[in-house]
Amino acid sequence: MTTTTINLNVNGKSVETTIEPRELLIHVLRDRLDITGPHIGCETSHCGACTVDIDGRSVKACTLFAVQAQGSEITTIEGLGDPDKLHVLQEQFKEHHGLQCGFCTPGMITRAHRLLQENPNPSEEDVRFGIAGNLCRCTGYQNIVKAVLAAAREINGATDKDATRETAA
Amino acid sequence: MSASAPSMKERQAALKGLGTSRKRVEDARFTQGKGNYVDDIKLPGMLYGDFVRSQHAHAYVKSIDTSAALALPGVVAVLTAKDLEPLNLHWMPTLAGDKQMVLADGKVLFQGQEVAFVVAESRYIAADAIDLVQVEYEELPVLVDPFKAELPDAPVLREDIADAKEGAHGPRRHPNHIFTWEMGEKEATESILASAPVVAEEMVYYHRTHPCPLETCGSVASMDKVNGKLTLYGTFQAPHVVRTVASLLSGIAEHNIRVVSPDIGGGFGNKVGVYPGYVCSIVASIVTGLPVKWVEDRMENLMSTAFARDYWMQGKIAATEDGKILGLWCHTTADHGAFDACADPTKFPAGFMNICTGSYDIGTAYLAVDGIYTNKAPGGVAYRCSFRVTEAAYFIERMIEVLAIKLNMDAAELRLKNFIRKDQFPYHSALGWEYDSGDYHTAWNKALEAVNYKELRTEQAAKVEAFKAGETRQLMGIGLCHFTEIVGAGPVKNCDILGMGMFDSCEIRIHPTGSAIARLGTISQGQGHATTFAQILASEIGISADDITIEEGDTDTAPYGLGTYGSRSTPVAGAATAMAGRKIRAKAQMIAAYLLEVHDNDVEWEVDRFVVKGAPERFKTMQEIAYASYNQAIPGVEPGLEAVSYYDPPNMTYPFGAYICVMDIDVDTGTSSIRQFYALDDCGTRINPMIIEGQVHGGLTEALAIALGQEIAYDELGNVKTGTLMDFFIPTAWETPNYTTDYTETPSPHHPIGAKGVGESPNVGGVPCFSNAINDAFRPFGLTQTRMPHDHWRIWQTANKLGLHG
Repeated sequence: MTTTTINLNVNGKSVETTIEPRELLIHVLRDRLDITGPHIGCETSHCGACTVDIDGRSVKACTLFAVQAQGSEITTIEGLGDPDKLHVLQEQFKEHHGLQCGFCTPGMITRAHRLLQENPNPSEEDVRFGIAGNLCRCTGYQNIVKAVLAAAREINGATDKDATRETAA
Repeated sequence: MSASAPSMKERQAALKGLGTSRKRVEDARFTQGKGNYVDDIKLPGMLYGDFVRSQHAHAYVKSIDTSAALALPGVVAVLTAKDLEPLNLHWMPTLAGDKQMVLADGKVLFQGQEVAFVVAESRYIAADAIDLVQVEYEELPVLVDPFKAELPDAPVLREDIADAKEGAHGPRRHPNHIFTWEMGEKEATESILASAPVVAEEMVYYHRTHPCPLETCGSVASMDKVNGKLTLYGTFQAPHVVRTVASLLSGIAEHNIRVVSPDIGGGFGNKVGVYPGYVCSIVASIVTGLPVKWVEDRMENLMSTAFARDYWMQGKIAATEDGKILGLWCHTTADHGAFDACADPTKFPAGFMNICTGSYDIGTAYLAVDGIYTNKAPGGVAYRCSFRVTEAAYFIERMIEVLAIKLNMDAAELRLKNFIRKDQFPYHSALGWEYDSGDYHTAWNKALEAVNYKELRTEQAAKVEAFKAGETRQLMGIGLCHFTEIVGAGPVKNCDILGMGMFDSCEIRIHPTGSAIARLGTISQGQGHATTFAQILASEIGISADDITIEEGDTDTAPYGLGTYGSRSTPVAGAATAMAGRKIRAKAQMIAAYLLEVHDNDVEWEVDRFVVKGAPERFKTMQEIAYASYNQAIPGVEPGLEAVSYYDPPNMTYPFGAYICVMDIDVDTGTSSIRQFYALDDCGTRINPMIIEGQVHGGLTEALAIALGQEIAYDELGNVKTGTLMDFFIPTAWETPNYTTDYTETPSPHHPIGAKGVGESPNVGGVPCFSNAINDAFRPFGLTQTRMPHDHWRIWQTANKLGLHG
């Protein structure tokens, strides 16, 4: 099998890795680079457990060849906050009980992070639509939505308008 | 600020014990992507396994040619039944007393069945190699309809046991018949049906579905030939039982097997059973001497690992003209697929289906269940359910609605009229259970009031008039459900799996500085055990939950237990935790009395310390007692502070709930939208309200999925039609509503802390509630029953058949 070398920037670090052209990004991340936060749930782009951020867009890494990501900047859950300073979304998911088994959580938070870049002040409806590409089997989403809205408020500095918006939505 | 000692209330709060919405200790690792799931495990030299699977639902396997696969560089081995036969591993026992092929032995019985196991150096090479294995099949007639299984021209599926007149659960009358299970009084029930003023009859079908946790099933087996030890990591809801099964199957002594359930990405019953992949990874590791990983993909998960439900429940319910129920009759045809691989306690081949009299005082009842083989995937697992309770709850809650229609009575009123009264508990049901406690009238009335039930009915009637007048194309459905659960399996005297009594366990060690570790026989799959079991213990032994580590899932360190499914962890392992805590406290009392120089009976427990009676300033805290137990000789007391409890529950627990759902249905498109969902749960003593609410949200969403679209469907050739997440419905955040949760609290009288379990309640109660709402919307137009799952197409068809499209 022929191989090819690709260069990626993953969570702020430059990496060079030699792979087969047919390897999927999720396998390169997990098996070659030991970045196991993104998970494999369906391998058909439906569940979103493998969601990563590539050059400012949410991408499902299970259906992208790693060679397609050549030269790109990739952020995974491992790149959002660290044990000493968690990302606001990580804090709020815990605060609002937005996770149970944790399998969807890395993809869900990575997606929510991008959503809040795209729309810093979302309504409940915006959040529900914005994370609809990520499935969760445990939580029923209600607390995930709460957590994302709370994170948005915290990032923006809480205002009465935002609080009302969440209640009204 | 006063420097005075904390008040009793402050000390109580500092424990973060029972009743506290304590934040989860699990979340730090999960939110940072540091969970450790089976596919995250990577061992030196690890190989990857993948299955060749049958595309046919029923065929003889004429030959298997593995030579081309073996010739592919990187392929290490290809296993077939012939390779497993000398080890006697080509078949394995199921948890239901049947046996199941590990790899196709002469024939295949369902699409997706495991035929050969390829082991290779990478997952890509393994996937390439499965295409190179040449299998020659001879197709056979396919049986997908359980009602045709015993017709004269029906193909015989299980030729291995075609002549066996006796199965694991009694006589078999046909090669495709597995068992007949009967409970209650047949003649008495039939005589009531013959003479009752009103009898309603309906076929209630609960379709085949699948638990579909977000993480699929998998294992990593590592045989250390030097030390003779096998380590098996995997998605196991019952790791200790897996160790026993692995020992019995492989002949490796049980002490030389270590089974580890790492973090599990949801289970919902899918990960209770033992699958061919686990067995093949073990064999492959023994054969190659290297660790072998097997992780199924989503299509394999949906088409081959355990399905749930598929119960055809023919019901008859008898009542007086004013709605007092006199008797209930049920005959169920249970489609088990190719092997009976449900995970029920041995004595209950149809699980706890005999809870099907529900929340109602029904004096006489009869239940018969016929288990049938078909060319479908094996299973019949409890998908967020205690062994067929979900089927039972759906059956009775549909039959109540059907009876209400026949009586022309309000269905809420009919329920109120027939509920078991509070003063009747403990209540002996006609089908053999002793309900421990309940207060159904209070819960039901609270629910009706919370949603303004009468106003909803008025609004619904107005909507029907508007529809008839051509002013709207929408209808409104009000779904009602009052369910009674039966969980916490179970008393060893009548509950076992493969002979293992269904007790559970907890072992506690208090460290010298006053923190602790507790290990349990259960395993969390998202339920938050590390958080909640520490809370139970905190309240029992006066050490803050923050200072208690909870560990589960490693059979080398945890005490034996039957695992986590069927809402049994809190009722059984939670009880063991409380009892072990009480043993710690009993020893601590002796130590405290010695330190305080008083008699044992002269000290009493107060939150986190023992206090001399009548002298509250004289006390020893649990921290001081723990330290003393390690640092000084105390006459008559062994050093250290440890305890273990194996808890055999005296009875099951019976959580219950009242759910009401309001839906709007578009008659022309068949779309439904949930306007309101109110869920009142009574799970006895509440350990962590935040986690309870999370369980209810999640269980209701799984119920929504099942009721409104999720199905494992087959065509007449036995092809799986819903094998990917494109076809198999899982609700997104977009179609999932916000739920309103509520509670009453009726403690279990026999549980040490009164807790009953809640994980599966919302699935058990949710499905009938959603389904009843759809059915109810069409009641004014003459509908009594329409089939689940109520997807848009089926709803449109229902409306069409009722002539609502003009």
